[in-house]
Amino acid sequence: MSHHPAQTLAQKLIARAAGRSHVAVGELVTCKVDLAMFHDSSGPRRLKPMLEELGAEIWDKNKVVLVLDHYVPAQDADAQKIIQITRETAKTWQLPHVIDSEGICHVVLPERGHLKPGMLCVGGDSHSPTGGAFGCYMFGIGATEMLGVCTTGQIWLQVPRTLRMHWSGRLQSGVTAKDMMLHMVGRFGMNGGQYQAVEFAGPAVQALSMAERMTLSNMSAEMGAQVGLIAADDTTMQYLQSVGVSSEHLAGAKHWCSDDDADFEEYRFDALVLSPQVAAPHSPANTRDVGAFADVLPNIAYIGACTGAKIDDLRAAASVLKDKHVAQGVQLMVAPASAREQAQATQEGVMQTLMDAGATVLPNSCGACAGYGATFPEGSTVISTTARNFKGRMGPASVNVYLASPYTVAASALRGRITDPREVLA
Amino acid sequence: MTQRAFDNARVWRLGADVDTDALAPGAYMKHGLDVIAQHCLEAVRSDFAQGVREGDVIVAGANFGIGSSREQAAGVLRHLGLAAVIAPSFSGLYFRNAFNLGLLLLTCPQADQIEADERIAVRFDGDRPVVIRACGQRLDCAPIPDFLMDIVDVGGLLPLLRRRKPA
Repeated sequence: MSHHPAQTLAQKLIARAAGRSHVAVGELVTCKVDLAMFHDSSGPRRLKPMLEELGAEIWDKNKVVLVLDHYVPAQDADAQKIIQITRETAKTWQLPHVIDSEGICHVVLPERGHLKPGMLCVGGDSHSPTGGAFGCYMFGIGATEMLGVCTTGQIWLQVPRTLRMHWSGRLQSGVTAKDMMLHMVGRFGMNGGQYQAVEFAGPAVQALSMAERMTLSNMSAEMGAQVGLIAADDTTMQYLQSVGVSSEHLAGAKHWCSDDDADFEEYRFDALVLSPQVAAPHSPANTRDVGAFADVLPNIAYIGACTGAKIDDLRAAASVLKDKHVAQGVQLMVAPASAREQAQATQEGVMQTLMDAGATVLPNSCGACAGYGATFPEGSTVISTTARNFKGRMGPASVNVYLASPYTVAASALRGRITDPREVLA
Repeated sequence: MTQRAFDNARVWRLGADVDTDALAPGAYMKHGLDVIAQHCLEAVRSDFAQGVREGDVIVAGANFGIGSSREQAAGVLRHLGLAAVIAPSFSGLYFRNAFNLGLLLLTCPQADQIEADERIAVRFDGDRPVVIRACGQRLDCAPIPDFLMDIVDVGGLLPLLRRRKPA
């Protein structure tokens, strides 16, 4: 009989990083950080002055990835200055891993093979739980805490409980991971995760592509969870191989899963009965079935962000808009989450379909989602594939943002009113 | 140096789900705290930025600080001189950021009893903070681990690391 207590995936990942055989829920532990990601807003412009003040250096430059995605392309002189500081600092520090204007951090990180099951990672961005889709304990931190990581290579955390979201069945055509997540955020609320670990499991999760799994993990942030984990399986392994992760790194990757008899707080869902979901202004938790919003007339349809403009999102929108055109008075904007996702979509004819339908294609950056640069004009009604619809985030307080899946956003653009995509796809 | 216990703090009452984008609006994130401070909470409480004074406290509903990792959402309240934020619950990410920037957060299940503009005091019974209302009512808060109080006592993680810096 083993002397090790049964452990959740979260506990196993933390135990490894803390140099322990196992950890108990509630314990405060110090973990070694395997990878630290920061971007142009949270990174050098904040870290450089603090590191200089301390006379300190980054503990291991090979474990750092810098991504320029929030202020690119520059909208004004202030943004240009931030980008310039970021690029100059990357050179001064001789950072080996810099991804400049090629996509959003949470998407380019796995694309370049930086994430491997079993790692403990931090990111200077709240959607860092996206890394959980790859079996990494990855969470978001602020710039000052990143300073702590950069100088010590370590971070403290309190071992969380695990809330296991078990999804049986299979999603209907036209229903996505985004709908699953909006449903869960609606049920548990924006802080329902209580900074614990969420783990997504069950046949409906296993059936998802990596891009779709990333959407689940990504929006764990909207549930207030610290991480959103998914155990590695054959789908994960195929993805990792496709981005050049070596087989020696992959050996043992499937070890990173929860023990069956570990202590979970489990919630069960049936994917088969899930309808497309829409979150009304001004909270991602303000969610109902799409049918409740048939009288809403958006004038902007936005497909963008790490949450909603990956390859599967672009394909979904194109499947709705194939050989069609958006309704008069609706502006469709598409900001593919990375250059590689866009290249893939171009190769498949997906980008052409979207442009033929009337889409304006925007740069591979955070764009309007972060609200740091160009946002939506006063009084707009927006339906968006992004993660947050806080009042004033994506434009003036008068802007109303509805969150939905790429299918629903495309169908709504087509009809000029919020539309159940299953009506259009049928 | 942050004063752990304090008296006679004026209360700003806010509702639940105050998000980071309301505290530090994205449009001003290019700038420093002095600019962000002028727009702090403008989407939800337009008189706050001009009216807040050193030593005031925010008493909010549940889920304070949900949203972004932008620590300016905590830094701006420190910049404006807030003595503490008191709420039944906080975003976990915001909680870490606040202590790292020297902003005291008190998790107080009964915070909703505190009224707008009332004057409160905060005392510490070991690691257990207590809010004392103007009427004398005592509201217990969740204990704060010593290492977090050590950070907030010196004004944040940067001053703490500065102290540890080898001469």
